[in-house]
Amino acid sequence: MPDRTSATAAPAASPEALLEVTGLCRSFGDVRAVDDVSFVLPPGGSLGIVGESGSGKTTTARIIVGLERADSGTVRVRGQAHNGTGRGRAARLARARRVQMVFQDPYLSLDPRAPVRAVLAETLKLHFPGTDHDARIHELLDQVGLGARAADARPRELSGGQRQRVAIARALAVRPEVLVLDEAVAALDVSVQAQILNLLADIREETAVGYLFITHDLGVVRCVTDDVIVMRSGRIVEAGRTGEVLGRPAHPYTRLLSASVPRPGWDPRAIGAARRALAEEDAAAS
Amino acid sequence: MTTLDIRGLRLRLPHTARPVLDGVDLAVGPRETVALVGESGSGKTLTSRTVLRLLPEGAVAEGTVEVAGQDVLTMTAKELRDLRTRTAAMVFQDPRAAINPLRRIGDFLTESVVLNKVLTSAAAEARAVELLEAVGLTSAALRRYPSQVSGGMLQRVMIAGSLMGDPKLLLADEPTTALDVTTQAEVVSLLGDMRERFGTALLFVTHDLGLAAAISDRVSVMYAGRIVESGPAAELFAHPRHPYTKALLDSTPDPDAPPGRLTAIEGQPPDLREELSGCPFAPRCVLATAVCTEQAPQAAPAPGNPAHTAACHHSDRLGTRLEGETVDA
Repeated sequence: MPDRTSATAAPAASPEALLEVTGLCRSFGDVRAVDDVSFVLPPGGSLGIVGESGSGKTTTARIIVGLERADSGTVRVRGQAHNGTGRGRAARLARARRVQMVFQDPYLSLDPRAPVRAVLAETLKLHFPGTDHDARIHELLDQVGLGARAADARPRELSGGQRQRVAIARALAVRPEVLVLDEAVAALDVSVQAQILNLLADIREETAVGYLFITHDLGVVRCVTDDVIVMRSGRIVEAGRTGEVLGRPAHPYTRLLSASVPRPGWDPRAIGAARRALAEEDAAAS
Repeated sequence: MTTLDIRGLRLRLPHTARPVLDGVDLAVGPRETVALVGESGSGKTLTSRTVLRLLPEGAVAEGTVEVAGQDVLTMTAKELRDLRTRTAAMVFQDPRAAINPLRRIGDFLTESVVLNKVLTSAAAEARAVELLEAVGLTSAALRRYPSQVSGGMLQRVMIAGSLMGDPKLLLADEPTTALDVTTQAEVVSLLGDMRERFGTALLFVTHDLGLAAAISDRVSVMYAGRIVESGPAAELFAHPRHPYTKALLDSTPDPDAPPGRLTAIEGQPPDLREELSGCPFAPRCVLATAVCTEQAPQAAPAPGNPAHTAACHHSDRLGTRLEGETVDA
């Protein structure tokens, strides 16, 4: 069997890691939402985190961007501590310049009253005050495939796909090293989703930004990530190269996830049985 | 008799330049599963809601929508109530939005059939217990509130509720979209069991092509309020005869395929505020020619397969020119 744990066994402060997460834990009451999660994202790499609701994938992402605090564990960006210390404004801004996030719902993540230009200008003013941003705004819109006309549009005048392009432009505005995408294409129709996935692939090629791609969709993971970790109940159950993990899943839960994707010849009864068997195993183990 | 037979359904809404549903033909037979596939705004949800005459304010419908031989569009209020309690039922996408959170699950299940005097309250409770067991729950759920069960369990409750009046037709509007994939499999297998056990016809509305292929006998694909392609599921996915179906298939990320760029569909679906002439997909279509913008294509059968129809001037060119062609975003 190939070594599926290599992506999780994080060596101490490996210099070449872009993002390095070690021993992350977070509990809410009795629930261990994130339980000893470790992984490494290489520079310009793309790492997927897959799992179902309650697997801890979103909490992990929120800890990395600083929207949630870990009980223990470290997050390092290029070897520097990224979480824990420095809650002041300057420290928060510095962290935001390294890691940015794109949320699932572009209807909720954009201010309905702010034209696109103002959305981008606000971020740029906050991070790079006292400079002229017009050229950069133009460049960003161009980078995400929006015309100059979109600059004056308000979110309600834009389609879901266009809004998500704006959200991506806003995240790219500070030239982050890591982009955390939390179900960033889940709310889009497939034809639009394909446009955004292609756009993300282009941006990674051009800017060498690293992606942490949180998703429940194995097709999307296959399409945009190099490596993947599979989470269940807060823990990493399998990790490795995306093609390997999806092609020859080693853990029964990964096998179940893979079998659950509807395709011709799909057997929902067998999946139900496998799911219950796995739940019984868990019950027996605890 | 066909359980559901929609013919020439045209639906107009206020403040729109063209009908939101434009000549929809759709049939579902007893024990048959038909998937209605499309992206947001294609009219698939509106089509399924029209079957129960759950129409938006100001909507004007033309054509016929027959359920078990009766036209829904001309029913009296009493007939409509009967239709909704006994003949056809809907499983909505989000059980938390569709089930009253302040009432117990038992009340949700029995209310409609008791109020409409289909069953006595004792008989309704017995039926509720039977159906809860059929969907893998126990009678203990009767006393619970919706907030006390998981989303997957609540969706089973909704399925049980939809079967209370012993309907001939079940309409399921994205019933698994809000669920995790492994839960989705359970709910789908449950719908299949129910169909076998109670003989209901199922119209399954979904945006998920893989799911449609996996569960249905026949598939209809909608675009801009029209059915652009219909046919046996396996045949339609293996040999699509409409460029939109083909493009949808190509733009769906496949976990079994090698990684790489997807073939996206350029542009966006037409706006409802704009009038349409010709084929609604023409502006985004790689096969489009002058005839496509001038003349609306009519549904035509595939050579040697009358059950497989597509509304496209260029069906016969598909699969030859489209191969290897890339459309970028």
